[in-house]
Amino acid sequence: MADASAFPYGLRVLVVDDDPTWLKILEKMLRKCSYEVTTCGLARVALDILRERRNKFDIVISDVNMPDMDGFKLLEHIGLEMDLPVIMMSIDGETSRVMKGVQHGACDYLLKPVRMKELRNIWQHVYRKKMHEVKEIEDHDSCDDLQMLRYGFEGFDEKGLFMTVDSDTTRKRKDVDKDHADQDSDGAAAKKARVVWSVDLHQKFVNAVNQIGFDKVGPKKILDLMNVPGLTRENVASHLQKYRLYLGRLQKQNEERILGAARQDFSNKGPSENLNLRSSFQEQPSNISSGYPHASQKIQGQNSVLDSQLEDTKRTIPLPVSDKCINSASSVAESQNVVGASPLGGVLSFKGLPVNQDRKPSETMNLGCPAWNGGVPSKQFMQYPKHNHARCDLLGDYACLPKPDLEHPIAPGHLFTPPPLISMSCSMELDTRNFSDVKPGLLDCLKSFSPALTCTVDSISAQLSDSVVTSADADRKFSSVEGLPSTNFDQTSNQCALVRSQEPSIICGTEFSSLTEELPLYPLQGVSFENIGLGGIDLFHYNDAMILSGLQSNWYDDQDQFASETIDYPLMDGCLFA
Amino acid sequence: MDYSTLRRQITFMKKSFFDQGYLDEQFNQLEELQDESSPNFVEEVVALFLKDSPRLLTNIEHTIGKYPQDFHRLDSLVHQLKGSGSSIGAVRMKNECSVFKAHCNDKNLEGCRRSLQRMKREHATLKQKLESYFQLLRQVAPREHAVNSRK
Repeated sequence: MADASAFPYGLRVLVVDDDPTWLKILEKMLRKCSYEVTTCGLARVALDILRERRNKFDIVISDVNMPDMDGFKLLEHIGLEMDLPVIMMSIDGETSRVMKGVQHGACDYLLKPVRMKELRNIWQHVYRKKMHEVKEIEDHDSCDDLQMLRYGFEGFDEKGLFMTVDSDTTRKRKDVDKDHADQDSDGAAAKKARVVWSVDLHQKFVNAVNQIGFDKVGPKKILDLMNVPGLTRENVASHLQKYRLYLGRLQKQNEERILGAARQDFSNKGPSENLNLRSSFQEQPSNISSGYPHASQKIQGQNSVLDSQLEDTKRTIPLPVSDKCINSASSVAESQNVVGASPLGGVLSFKGLPVNQDRKPSETMNLGCPAWNGGVPSKQFMQYPKHNHARCDLLGDYACLPKPDLEHPIAPGHLFTPPPLISMSCSMELDTRNFSDVKPGLLDCLKSFSPALTCTVDSISAQLSDSVVTSADADRKFSSVEGLPSTNFDQTSNQCALVRSQEPSIICGTEFSSLTEELPLYPLQGVSFENIGLGGIDLFHYNDAMILSGLQSNWYDDQDQFASETIDYPLMDGCLFA
Repeated sequence: MDYSTLRRQITFMKKSFFDQGYLDEQFNQLEELQDESSPNFVEEVVALFLKDSPRLLTNIEHTIGKYPQDFHRLDSLVHQLKGSGSSIGAVRMKNECSVFKAHCNDKNLEGCRRSLQRMKREHATLKQKLESYFQLLRQVAPREHAVNSRK
């Protein structure tokens, strides 16, 4: 056998099937393909495993009919939280079922009895996904990302990628291999541009969508508006599809939430804000979508957003943040708990997020972004520069943020405006972009974000961007932000600014490749909450809890309603740091 | 019975499984998966199936008794059994499952009952045949090794 590290050898597969006989057979078959197999008889257990070890798997194969959880639901969860390719299996090959699988995001649908040759080829789904990541990165960013990705991909392309175990696949693989080799031989540029839907890119996307009008969007129009060199219509089309799905989910959640949220009372609170936030956070079902849009006063238990969302199959946010992530923040997370630990299976342990009281540039979050086993460091550190209020230049960054969609005010029941902030909350790094290291990981993380998250984030960012801009002027009114309740930012202007800036920063943050899907917006990451007055600390706490933490903290500044908004993001956290 | 006779018997038995439609291609696939690292793979898989399927049959029977009108639930249970049967290539059982499902669709409880009875019989027959088969196999196995070592 060739080098075990040569792709696709050693592909790490998780097989989920309630039938013990099939589980045994599949395990044997996959082992014969030289894959690394983990079996699981229960969907819920599988999710836990994935949440805990998100970056320890490359692909998931699951049966459709399982007693404890519908296979499609599991599929959705995985797609949202971990963004791993999922293959569905069933004895039932009815078109409607297969279609359902595809609709829920399955990258393939196998009919039982499954044959060896079908399993041998599953690596293509993993590879394809990686390619997309690379492309996005290439497209979007600078060489740093690209290098990182490339590095990660090295295993794929340059080594003997395609090991052929039996003759009939050999030929096929060789051909593919050759193709890839040819492509790669060109060097850096060889890789096809893979679009990485970083926060920036996603923002542009959202902006474009808003400009066109959500109902009238089409990939071509968006592409033209975005005007991003290297971006293809296909990239946009797939991203749009994800975005739509994400919005759909958010909308449903929002609608439910809005009713509850609207009644929240977001009065400013003093130091206890933090507490408030937390609680609100928790109560609120993680409806990221709802959290955001309802900007107004929904801070309610955003926490719950994460939790609830994560738990809920609808939660798009599942951010499988690896354990490694966020372990730095200790205090914050504790209270928060929500975000990290929950649904994501504790992946996000934002617990560790340090609360920055003082403006220190950079709280670092250890994000264990899942990295393709290509060598990308699994732990990524995101530096979250404290948002320096003085750093108005940050605001400048936000210019690129999509404006909130005025047509879709964040009113209860409304979905977030399309402009997603894709955010990978990782963007918190305003100042120190250490993303070069992190990027690859982030990308992975990002991928895991569900669109919902991104949406939320986006919306938030969108909103924030608005405010951010204004904040520069010390205009604390959030009213400018769409849907956001006009908080009374009379509190320190710093705070306001902080809040605002956070948002954008988040958005502008790193590129998160995973944005493609519904990346949850991790706005919070890096947002320095120092500005937050009383809430500074508090906010900070929320920071990690939620992806939105950034947002949250911002919000908490005023202790307003915005707080709730940020809450939504917690989910995002999870996502980002998968 | 001498070795070659045993082998002939085994071969014949296996062939009859296919000819009479008890097993299909999937069974061959299982045999192909068998290798040095898992020399008794097929037997283990079949044993697993024979151990797990009675539970599924019982579930179906209970459900018919307890929730006779819940065809959706019945369908889902039979689906499980069908999938399980497909793992070892148990054609007749699979087919009977399809019949059962059709009855569920028609909300034909009596049809379901009859189908279940047939399924139980098929299961019992298959179980008996496979167990004999593996028994024979075990008899030749040690000799196989012996034979190989002589080469």
